[in-house]
Formats: sequence, C-alpha cells, structure tokens
Amino acid sequence: MEYMLINHTDPNGPGPAPGTPEFEEFMGRWMAYNQKLIEGGHWVAGASLAPPDTATTVERANMEAVGTVDGPYAETKEVFSGFYLIKADNLDIALALAKDMPVDTGFIEVRPVAFRPDA
Amino acid sequence: MTKVEQAVTRLARNDASRVLALLADRFGSIDVADDAVQEALIAASATWPERGIPLNPAGWLMTTARRKAIDRLRADRAERDRQEKAGALAILSDAPLVGGANDLIDDGDISLEGSGTSQLRLMLLCCHPALDPKSRVALTLRLVGGLTTPEIASAFLLNEPTLAQRIVRAKRKIRDAGIPMSMPTSIEERLAILLQVLYLIFNEGYLSSTGESGLTRPDLHSEAIRLTELLSQLTDGTPEVDGLLALQLFTMARSQTREDIHGDLILLTDQDRTAWDRAMILRANNVLNGALADMSPGPYQVQALIASHHANAASDDATDWPMIADLYLQLEQMTGSDIVRLNRAVAVAKADGAHAGLSVAESITTLDQHHRYHAVRAELLRLAHRWDESLEAIDRALERQPPPAEERFLNRQRQQVQTERAD
Repeated sequence: MEYMLINHTDPNGPGPAPGTPEFEEFMGRWMAYNQKLIEGGHWVAGASLAPPDTATTVERANMEAVGTVDGPYAETKEVFSGFYLIKADNLDIALALAKDMPVDTGFIEVRPVAFRPDA
Repeated sequence: MTKVEQAVTRLARNDASRVLALLADRFGSIDVADDAVQEALIAASATWPERGIPLNPAGWLMTTARRKAIDRLRADRAERDRQEKAGALAILSDAPLVGGANDLIDDGDISLEGSGTSQLRLMLLCCHPALDPKSRVALTLRLVGGLTTPEIASAFLLNEPTLAQRIVRAKRKIRDAGIPMSMPTSIEERLAILLQVLYLIFNEGYLSSTGESGLTRPDLHSEAIRLTELLSQLTDGTPEVDGLLALQLFTMARSQTREDIHGDLILLTDQDRTAWDRAMILRANNVLNGALADMSPGPYQVQALIASHHANAASDDATDWPMIADLYLQLEQMTGSDIVRLNRAVAVAKADGAHAGLSVAESITTLDQHHRYHAVRAELLRLAHRWDESLEAIDRALERQPPPAEERFLNRQRQQVQTERAD
C-alpha cells in the first residue's frame, strides 16, 4: 500500500536558526530519515512546503472555480508543512515510520493513498 | 430456544472467532472471513433443523465458512476480470484482492489446530489504537465474542443501526487503511487497550442487568469473563490479564447481593455475605494468587486485591480497612485518578475515622460535577455528625442527576440524616 504522511506543525514553533550548528544537526536528522525511507524501499515522494503565508487557496463549488483567496485552507496554529509519500505493507509499518520522523513538535496525519494515476 | 438455536449460539460464542481468525489469516481479509462465518452460521440455522446437528459443529463451521470465503473470492475475481475485459478502469475502491491464485485452491485444510495465535492477533486487532474507542468495544464483542449486532445493541441499550454503522465503519477502516492482523511490536500498549475494553464490557454488565424492556439481553458480565479467560489462556496467564479476571470474578461473586428486589442499591456493609458465591471467590483467589506470584504489579491486580479483601472478610467490621486504604493509595499512584482517591477517602474513613476520610475527600478538586463525589462527602459528613453540611451535599449529589437507583438511595440517606439530627 501507499500512505501519505502529512505534517502539521507550527511555523513559529521551536527550531534552530539556519547557519547555526544546531541547524546542521537538525538537517542531519532529516537527511538520515530520508535515507532510511529510501534504503527501506519506502520512498515514493516527499516535500517540505514553503510557509503558509505563501499559500493561495482556490475554492470550487458545483464543478466551478468560485473563488481564490490568500492563505492556507485552515487557519490554525499548525499548518500543513510537508509530506512524504511512502510505500509500506500495512498501517503498523506506516505508523512506525511516522513516529520516527524527526518533527520537533506537531502532528503527523497518516492516510492511505486511494489512487495515484502515475502509479 | 430450540436445540438447534442453542447449538448455533454456542457455536457462534465458542468457535466462530477461532474460525474467523484462521480464515482472516488465510485470505488476508477480515471482511471476507467475517462474512463467510456469518453466512455459515445462517446456513446452520437453516439446515440443521432438518439434517440434524453435526457431530463436530466447529469442524462443520470451518469447512462451510471456508468454502463460502473461497466462493466469494472467486466471484470477486470473476467480476474484476469481467470489468477489466469490458475496458472499465481498474477498480479504485474495491477491496484489495489479497494473495495470488494459490489462495483460491481448496487444499482442504480445515484443521483448527494452532488457532490460538490467530485468535490473539484478532483480539489485538479489534483494539488497534487507530480504531475509535467505541468501535473497539463493539468489534471485540462481534468478532471475538461472537455476539450478533442486535445482541450487542441491546446489551448497550443502543439502537441497532447506530451499532451496525459503527461496526461497518471500523471494518472499513481496517480494510482501507491497511490495519494488519499482526503481532504488534509493543504488545504491552495494545494489551492495555484490550484490558480496558474488557473492563468496560464487564462494567457495562450493570447497565444491561437493570434494563426494563423484558428483552433477553446477553449477560455482559459473563461475556467479559469468558473473553478475559480466553485472553488469559492465549497470553499464558499474563499477570495483569489474570488480575482483571480475578477482579471480575470477585465482583461477579457478589453481584446477586448488590441490589434488593426493587432494584435498590445495597451497600457493601449491608450485603448478605452468606449469599456470596463462595466457589467463585475461591476461584478468584486462586487466579489472583497466580498473578501476584509473578511479582509484576499493575492496577488490575491492585483492584483485585482490594476486592479480595472485601470478598474474604467475614464481616464489614472484620475487613482490613487500613490495608485497603493503603492499596487505594498504591492504585492512586499508579493511575493518578481522583475517582480512586475518592474511594481511598471511604477506606481511610473506615480505618481512621470520618475526619481523616473527609480530609482526603476534600483534597479532591476535579470531581465537583460527579454525583458520587457529593454522595461520598454526604456520608462522611453524616458520620462526622455535621448534619447540615451532609444534607447540603445530598442536595448537590441529587442536582447532578444520578441514575434512578442512586437517586432513591440518596433520598433515603436524606431521611436518615434528618432523623439522626433530630435525635
């Protein structure tokens, strides 16, 4: 199966500033995590998203685009900040990988992929 | 109930989950396995009255359900082939058809040997943290307990569509999210949820025993005990599992004396101890001693130990209240629960007097909305001869809408306090 790991984190939450040694260490953890997914045969795709103030939301209703507004879909403290698309035999494996992700503080939603046209 | 109906119910309760677990392992789908078992049970009800009850009903169920599962998978496959031939898109939301062609070859293996580990994994699946808590209870009773949806609905006083919906949704999530029926890496975490579910089913037994509608409801006390016994066997007597089992048996042994013929509560102090089920208490003692010998304490063992002090005491006065107060303190430290502290207040009052009990009760700040908190305070205040405050606490308890039996009890308490004050 394929699962999407969807990160919801607070952009103003704790985290080291770029250029500091702590930041190097922080990035190192993410690189190691990516490597683990690749070597484990789990990697399909992944991305870290630009902050929510760069987001634009398009609304559709009744099969038509009805509006375009500045900002992310849901205004909450946590925002959709990145995702992984992974292969895993079952939910337990996907959950174990999600629990290992080096997110400092936040939520990781795990959702099965129903259909992917390029797969 | 006719003989056949009894036999089918027994089959559903005792053997269906073994068969279901084995088929789910074999065909990789809870849905397919559950439907097959249900269809086989329906077939039993339909054909046994004429053909007679087979000598080995469990074997019959395995053979019949297995054949129904294979029929269903063959039909699904044929339908998929047909649609693919018709040029339809690949079926997007169809149940993943698990396994290769080998799965559909009937190798005639109908052995029920080794169903134990499958059954344990099925139990743990029903308590997966990715399922919502209410569904865990319903699913456990349905897939492991072999209760029908209407039976579960009536036991929980819920309407049938609501309950059916809950089960369907849970089964769909298992299928679509790919929740596996495999041994979890942390069995402790999962076992804790499972014990919570069994504890909840047992406690719900009180609700089902006080129903008024005259329906025959499954006895959830017995169902919970049966499932806990099964879990104890499957986990080779894990101490906390046996702790819960002992707790259930101690509670069950006293259940006949808990209410009078009007359904009014009888306090432990006033219960007829000669009517307690001695044989069951002895059994509970044995189970608990076995658990304690492992020296791996936990909250269910402590609760069972408290229950054992009550069950084995000759009278209320002969009860070792200081020990019980101490056990409640241990339990409080394990669970951090203020309900436990409230129970400790009662035990402390018995051991060291009403004032000592009151000071424990008054250190609780989170239970103001609970009628039981005020009911306990009322009783302790009465024992401390603080009549007016006791009456006030009774009023507060009544304002918080206690269940009818407790409401009647509180009204009797009020009269008693008034009489005592007048003396």
